[in-house]
Amino acid sequence: MNEIISNLAKSWDWDTPSKNLSDISQWSSNFSEVQELVTSMDGERIASVVRAGDESFTVCVNGEPWSNTFEKAWSLKFSPAGVLFVIAMNEDEWSVFEEDEPWNDTFEYVWNLNFSPNGKIAGVNVRSAEGYGASLNGETWEHKFVQVRSMHISNDGRNSAGSVQMEPLSEGDIVTFKKGIWGLAVNGHPWEQRFLNVWGCAFSGDGTRVAAEVRLKSGSQTIAVDGICWNEQFKAVWEPVFIPGTHEVIAPGLSSKGWQLHINGSPLWNQPFNQVWRQKFGPDGKRLAAVVSPDFGRWSIAVDGTVWKSTFSDVVIEPIFSFDSKHVAAAVKNNNRWTIAVDGVAWNQGFDMAWNPYFSPDGNMVVARIALGKNYFVALDGKLVLGPFEEMWDPIFSPDGESLLVKCVDDSRYFRKILPVKELLKK
Amino acid sequence: MGLAPLPLVNDAGMDLPIQELTPERIAVVFNRIMNTETAARFKVYMNTCVHCGLCSDACHWFLSNDRDPRFSPVGKVKQTLWTLVQKKGRVQPEFIKECSRIAQTECNVCRRCSMYCPFGIDIAYLLLTVRRICSELGVVPQFLQDTVNSHAVTLNQMWVKQDEWIDTLQWQEDDARAEVRNARIPLDKEGADVFYSVIAPEPKILAQLIGNIAQIMAVAKVDWTMPSFDGWDNSNMAMYSGDFETMGRVERSHHDAALRLKSRRIVMGECGHAFRGAVYDGPKWLGWREPPIPLIHAVDFYHELITTGRLKIIKKFSTPVTVQEPCNIIRGRGLGVKLREIIDATCSDFRPPEPDFEHNYCCGAGGGVINCGPNWKASRVKGNSVKAEQLAATGAHIVITPCHNCHSGIEDIISGYKLGMHVKFFSEILMEVIEIPDELQA
Amino acid sequence: MYELVSGPLVWIAFLVFFAGMIYQFLGMLRLAKKDKVIYPYMSLKYSLRSLFHWIIPFASRNMRARYEVTLITFVFHLSLILLPIFLAAHVVMFSFAWGPDWRVLPEMTAQFLTVLVMLACLFFMLRRLMLPEVRFVTEPSDYALLLIAAAPFITGFAANRQWFEYETVLILHMVSGCVMLMAIPFTRLSHMLFFPFTRAYMGSEFGSVRNARDW
Repeated sequence: MNEIISNLAKSWDWDTPSKNLSDISQWSSNFSEVQELVTSMDGERIASVVRAGDESFTVCVNGEPWSNTFEKAWSLKFSPAGVLFVIAMNEDEWSVFEEDEPWNDTFEYVWNLNFSPNGKIAGVNVRSAEGYGASLNGETWEHKFVQVRSMHISNDGRNSAGSVQMEPLSEGDIVTFKKGIWGLAVNGHPWEQRFLNVWGCAFSGDGTRVAAEVRLKSGSQTIAVDGICWNEQFKAVWEPVFIPGTHEVIAPGLSSKGWQLHINGSPLWNQPFNQVWRQKFGPDGKRLAAVVSPDFGRWSIAVDGTVWKSTFSDVVIEPIFSFDSKHVAAAVKNNNRWTIAVDGVAWNQGFDMAWNPYFSPDGNMVVARIALGKNYFVALDGKLVLGPFEEMWDPIFSPDGESLLVKCVDDSRYFRKILPVKELLKK
Repeated sequence: MGLAPLPLVNDAGMDLPIQELTPERIAVVFNRIMNTETAARFKVYMNTCVHCGLCSDACHWFLSNDRDPRFSPVGKVKQTLWTLVQKKGRVQPEFIKECSRIAQTECNVCRRCSMYCPFGIDIAYLLLTVRRICSELGVVPQFLQDTVNSHAVTLNQMWVKQDEWIDTLQWQEDDARAEVRNARIPLDKEGADVFYSVIAPEPKILAQLIGNIAQIMAVAKVDWTMPSFDGWDNSNMAMYSGDFETMGRVERSHHDAALRLKSRRIVMGECGHAFRGAVYDGPKWLGWREPPIPLIHAVDFYHELITTGRLKIIKKFSTPVTVQEPCNIIRGRGLGVKLREIIDATCSDFRPPEPDFEHNYCCGAGGGVINCGPNWKASRVKGNSVKAEQLAATGAHIVITPCHNCHSGIEDIISGYKLGMHVKFFSEILMEVIEIPDELQA
Repeated sequence: MYELVSGPLVWIAFLVFFAGMIYQFLGMLRLAKKDKVIYPYMSLKYSLRSLFHWIIPFASRNMRARYEVTLITFVFHLSLILLPIFLAAHVVMFSFAWGPDWRVLPEMTAQFLTVLVMLACLFFMLRRLMLPEVRFVTEPSDYALLLIAAAPFITGFAANRQWFEYETVLILHMVSGCVMLMAIPFTRLSHMLFFPFTRAYMGSEFGSVRNARDW
């Protein structure tokens, strides 16, 4: 739950204890096929792609179908701001439908639907007769490319970037490839520099700079910021991030010592690891945490270079900070059981699945969505306090931390519940 | 020892890059790899081998080339590493082409020889080290390198673009629906039991296999998903060229895709090398002892579906069949018995090969060798006459090959030696013998 | 000369042998840490399972396929270890110097085993010369190692038979024995030390990672 979501959450209904918003079993009798359910962040709406006729599909929201029908429809998603999007096709023309309204442009193909972190802008990759590009809220990049392979949007949604292929390449042509034919296009304008590969991509907080992983030659990778490479090169690198409020870049790099985080090319934490990735800054923009492997086959989190005392055998997903940046939690898997670890201490109970944990606004509690078999539960500080449900989405703390928003399907009915945290803890 | 020279094969991936090499530059790269990337295994293996030659009989290349000692496992190590180590890497560029030919085109790193070495020396590991040296020097057979380039760009093996991938799944979903009611390929479904991954030749040239799996999943009522984003391809030729950084990136994206979708486990299609890459070589490089979430091979998965009754076998495939047991799932993961059990459950006339199980011969295509391209096909087929003899002796008409490399490799053996047999994936057999209940008939 | 060889040289040989073995062993342990998968993969159960199948004659497929090599190799290695330890003349010398003694091999048995070792060496040499796949990977050092291994037995046999001048032969015997001892840690004869570990690692990787047999 980032700051943007908690700001949005201020305007949500935190008073109605329970709303039964739709009877999903009714959907199944109205439509011959109901696909995966998605819910809006505020929980007020639940939607799915459904089959409207023999060969046609539509979108059903809280039981009501859209007026448009499609030959194909997929990638149904609510933006963080609560707007519903779907990628759909009729008569071989693909477009994005935003709340039952199509964008102006149609394409040969559309994919990679995602949103700016502030939730206001939706972007997709597109293919048209002229080539590959991207389209944001219906506005399509002017330039087209031989290929585009990703879609990144800056925080404010004003800038977009994707890795692009600048020249065609015929099968087996290793010579042209070696020259470097990949670049990064920002708002459709490619960097001057070309590389063997361009992967990943991150915007600075103000959206004016872009960093990406690039490969210069086999076994030599580095980070390029606005096309300019770090002086230092590595055997391999992983995704970069900008230090909040600055244009400094941090990325993991592999040297003969092992994996280390680097800032603008220089080692940041002294200790090399077997692995380090998913580095992330706390909301204060200062505390830095990353997933690390201190020993082969052991995984943990390091915060400002200090590794948690406990390590886990299978996987640690990513660090999640509390709002005051003082605490870090993560979904972890140890000996084939999932659980949540908070500041290095794992919950006692193991689960079949655990989603990312979230802190209460005061940082004292942690909530997570948990699965045991096919049943879903709300886990608060290690205890299952609600459930089982047939379906459930990530629970969200109210801005004052007093209540929890739980979105769930129970007995085939979709509920939006507001539950006082105090009472949940008594259970 | 008077040995006739081997036919000269031209390959742009070797001939051009060696022109840029010098003995000094080779020595720098060789010594860096020796100092920073090899340790106990390399040193102990090199110092322990007593040159007894007992590994020779393990190698299909040696057996098929009239016991030419240049093709024995230790012979390949001698022709590459012994000289490199002795000269501390100061060798002529042409020598590196030899190394590339021997390690990348004439060894399938199938690891049969490590079962024949009395000391258990992992000779395949030594030859993978040679591949690493070649790759770091930029000397890799053209088409293998092209495949690795594809992995690096697209994270899949065959330059499949993102839109082509999704489009293919949607098209295959339509095809599956024509057979099985409401069959689906659920894209990006969170929390599914099964994350199903394939290798890129499926969407590129064998798309019906994806349609088949959609039908099988629907009939067996499996809660499954496939990602619309990169990480859907489980194959990994970078592991074989020696480009371990690209190997690591490919494997990370595969496991990350399944983790991102919160899947309980990964099930992968019928491929052997992909299994090896995803289940140990890749995770090992990234720092995982085991894959982060359980990863099971199609053979294991079909075994589960059949033995638990989720797939009902209503008739048996009656044409005589034999099996090509893929090294990377039999010798590499002990799935031999399960493979036999699913064949027994679905086929009425099974002809076991000899030798079999862990001792089965490699198809000759694995280990990246088939990816070296058409220039190397003749030597590859010639280098596996024992496989032709072994298959012919079974008298079967169909060879079940639960691995893409085996599938293509055995096809080449069958046509090269005019065996008059056919190859099938196990899923193709399955499609002929399972019950599609009336309520699911489209 | 005799005193020099039977005294200091023997001491030095044993010292070099033991120190060398420890040095190589520690070096292996240190390098094994750098090879980051070794310790995490090692499994006692699968190490023993693998060793078991490879120290029992004919327990592995390749040993059955090459029965003559298997038979000769086992007899050779067994004799190589038993003879120096249980030879009456060695035990008497040890007991004379240090006190304790133990059961010894009957004279005839010892002679018989010595002949077997020499024949085995001859077999290994012929194998190197005649089998193309072995000759291809044979270096001069392989013959040298064979000679180092054979020499103490040839000279010992000659001394026992009182061929040539006894004291010279005896000195040659002791020198060759010392050379062999000292060569073990620093040549491919070090497989005496490394064999259980290479086998154990492969057994572990096959067993605990790949769920497969390695014999």
